Parts: sequence; C-alpha cells; structure tokens
Amino acid sequence: MEHSPPPFFKRGPTPLVRLLLCSLLSLALLISDARYQYLDGIRQAVAVLAYPLQRAAIAPAAMLRRVSEFFVTQSALRNENARLSEQQLQNGATLQKYRALAAENAHLRELLAMRQQFPESTVVAEVLYVGRDPFTRKIIVDKGAQQDIRAGQPVVDQLGVVGQVTRVYPWLAEVTLITDKGQAVPVQNLRNGLRAVLGGTSGDGQLELKFIPLNADFQNGDELVTSGIDGIYPPGLRVAVVSNVERNAAYLFARITGKPVAGVASHGQVLILNRDLKVPERPPEAAPARPKKPRRSG
Amino acid sequence: MQPRDVAPHEILLPVRPAFIAFTLIAALILNFLPWTGPWLAIKPDFVALVVLYWCIQQPRKLGFTVAWLMGLMMDIGNGSLLGQHALAYSVLAFAGIVLHRRVLMFTIQNQILHVIPILLLNDLIVLVIRLFAGADFPGFSYFSGSLIAGALWPVMCFLLKLPQRPTPDPDDV
Repeated sequence: MEHSPPPFFKRGPTPLVRLLLCSLLSLALLISDARYQYLDGIRQAVAVLAYPLQRAAIAPAAMLRRVSEFFVTQSALRNENARLSEQQLQNGATLQKYRALAAENAHLRELLAMRQQFPESTVVAEVLYVGRDPFTRKIIVDKGAQQDIRAGQPVVDQLGVVGQVTRVYPWLAEVTLITDKGQAVPVQNLRNGLRAVLGGTSGDGQLELKFIPLNADFQNGDELVTSGIDGIYPPGLRVAVVSNVERNAAYLFARITGKPVAGVASHGQVLILNRDLKVPERPPEAAPARPKKPRRSG
Repeated sequence: MQPRDVAPHEILLPVRPAFIAFTLIAALILNFLPWTGPWLAIKPDFVALVVLYWCIQQPRKLGFTVAWLMGLMMDIGNGSLLGQHALAYSVLAFAGIVLHRRVLMFTIQNQILHVIPILLLNDLIVLVIRLFAGADFPGFSYFSGSLIAGALWPVMCFLLKLPQRPTPDPDDV
C-alpha cells in the first residue's frame, strides 16, 4: 500500500473532483431545463442581473445610430417625407375601403350568427439585437412582461409574419423567427385555399411546406397566408411566397420551399399582436383504449 | 544558454481581484454586443478567452466556481439551454488549471497552439449538447470564432498584463 505524505497546503478537492461536481451540476441544469422547464424562475432572476450588462452592451451601437441619424441631409429627409406622404395617401384610400368592408363583414357575420372576430391591439417593439445562439433563429425586442407581453403572441412587420414570442423577460422578449427549424406556421394557399404547415429549415433562412402530397396543387409564386386555424396567428397575414417546387416520385412528399415575405433578417421595428382569444375548451380526452393482446394462433 | 522556445520569465506585481472581476465583466459586455450577420459567425467567445487566461495565469485566484457562474450568465444572456456554457466553461477551467504550468513555459506564439485546441473543445461541448437537444449542425464556420480567439491571445496577454507590470522608478539609474 502506498502512502503519500500529507500536503503542506490545504487546497480542497483536486481539480478532477471539482470538474466532476461542476459537470454534474451543469448536466442537472441542462436536463431539468430541456426536459421539464423547471428553471424559468431562476432564468428570470438571473436575467434581471444580466439586464444592465446587456443594456450597456447595446448602448454604443444605439448611440452610433443616433449620431448617424443626426447627420442626415435635408434633401434625404425631404425625399423621405414626400415618399411617406404619398404612401399615406395610398394607405388612406385602402383603409377607407377596408373600413367599409369590415363593417359589412361584421354585419354579415351577425346575420349568419357566426363568431365575431375579436379586434386585436398591437404593441410596437424595437429589435435590440439578433439572437447570438448560432443554433436558433431569434430576435430580442425591447418590450417584456412589464408591457404585458406574453409568450405565444404572434409578431408581424409591415409586410408579413415575422415570428412568435417564445420567452418573456421582465423588460425583454425573445421572438423565434418563422425561419427557425422548430417553428411552424399553419398557412393556406391564397390561390386555391389549400391548407398546409410551414416550417423553417436548418440552413439558409428558407421555409418549407411540410408533408405535402406529390400531387398537391402548389406552384412557384403562390402566396401563402396564415390560415388562422391554430388560434395563434390571425387569419390572412402574408407569410411566404413559394419559390421552388420539387416533385420526385422517389419520395413520399413534395419538397416545396418558400421565401419569407417579411424582412425576417433585417428589422428595426416589429408589431406584437395581442389577441384575446376565446378558444373553446379542449374536450376531455377519452381514456386510451387498451391494446388487445395479440392472440396466439395455434 | 537559454533554450529558444522557453519564455523569458517576467516578474510581475500581484494581480488585484478587482481587476479580474473588471476583465470578466468587460468580456461579458463584449459578448453581449449586438453582433449580426457575418460578424456573428466569426465572433470569438471573449468570456471563454478571459476565463482561460486567468485559469492559466492565476489558478489560485479563480477556478471552477467563477467559470461555472460565467457560463450561467452566458446561457441566460444568449437565451440558450441553461447549463451548456456552464459545462463547457468548467471543462475549460479544468484544462487551464491542469495545463497552466506547461503552457506558461512556452513563448506566446507557442501558447496559441495550446489555447486553440482548448477553445475548440469548448465549442465542441456546446455543439454536442445542442445536437443532443435536437438542433442542426450550423456548419464549420461555427468553429472559426475559436481560431480568431487564438489569434487574439497575444493581444489579450499584453493588455491584461499591463496593470501588473511594475512602473519604472524615475529615481532609478
């Protein structure tokens, strides 16, 4: 048996033991976060500590932008002003038509005794930065739980759907973009009303229609809008334009990719929609039928 | 005769804990800068670099607890899985503490050859955790940040040693 002399200086456990302790603790955190979502409270608490650091990190870029905004030439401003007032005029005409149509629609719905569509309020949020996690596609906006933002709210810009609020901090919120791999949007083809599910792809910011049979009627240039059957996205928002249809009989499904309509990668400001949904309660699930034991045939 | 590859030993003042804390916070702020597009792809992980530096230079002053807590801050700030950076930085601290005598014997250029594999290992741990959690491989540019961090190592060594260099006494001849 080997005897080592007692150490001169007490230094506590060896590095290997410490490493094992830290790894075990990290693994416990990882598993409880990924599997059970137990740690939202801790996340919120530490997020409050990290918030000043994050703000300090954003401050120089914001200041730079403000300084460069200050030195805009007058002609550029005048041009922009002219362009905006022209756009305002066009929008005004469309809006008048829309108001008349909305009133008519409400009246018709009343006549038909259909469920009224609830008016929705919106919150304008500024995009602070793009998510730094290279595995997901997210943006961080400057409105959070203090401004009544809740996880699950849809986010749009002036062109179309941007994504969905997935995590809310006291003063910030994380928006998962529709191009994220795990994000799905129920859509409808504007041309023929075909419904489908649109999801992100892993690579290049494209979107893909999932599980579409080979003979389904999708063409290049088809516009996809939200169908509204999930109860999260209001119906009729533009999401994507089909850019490539690939039908290969070797596969079960057609490969249909689309380009997002909204400026998913380049944002200044986005709108967070607030819908007070009155979704009927989910019916209680019937007890699963017991699988019959396979009978042994003699 | 002095062998060519051995670093000349330098006598430095003791480091102040407040300075270590300052560098760690500065590294966190650098990581939290709004990096976008191509810059995000090649962004070195400043926190990993600074934690590794202090683990190699001052393994008695800073160790697993600080590395683990910095990892937790990174996870929260990035909104990623809680614990992935904590685990990666613990391994980083272990490598730094175990190898610190060896690494310090080399010149700065040769230290880079030690630093880059450790930082790549750090990236690899995060990658494996995310692959297990269901993410896709983001491409090999994911590792480029560590190479750039290795190139930054001499600059950082120079900057972080500045407060420890004794000021020359004007009365000295």
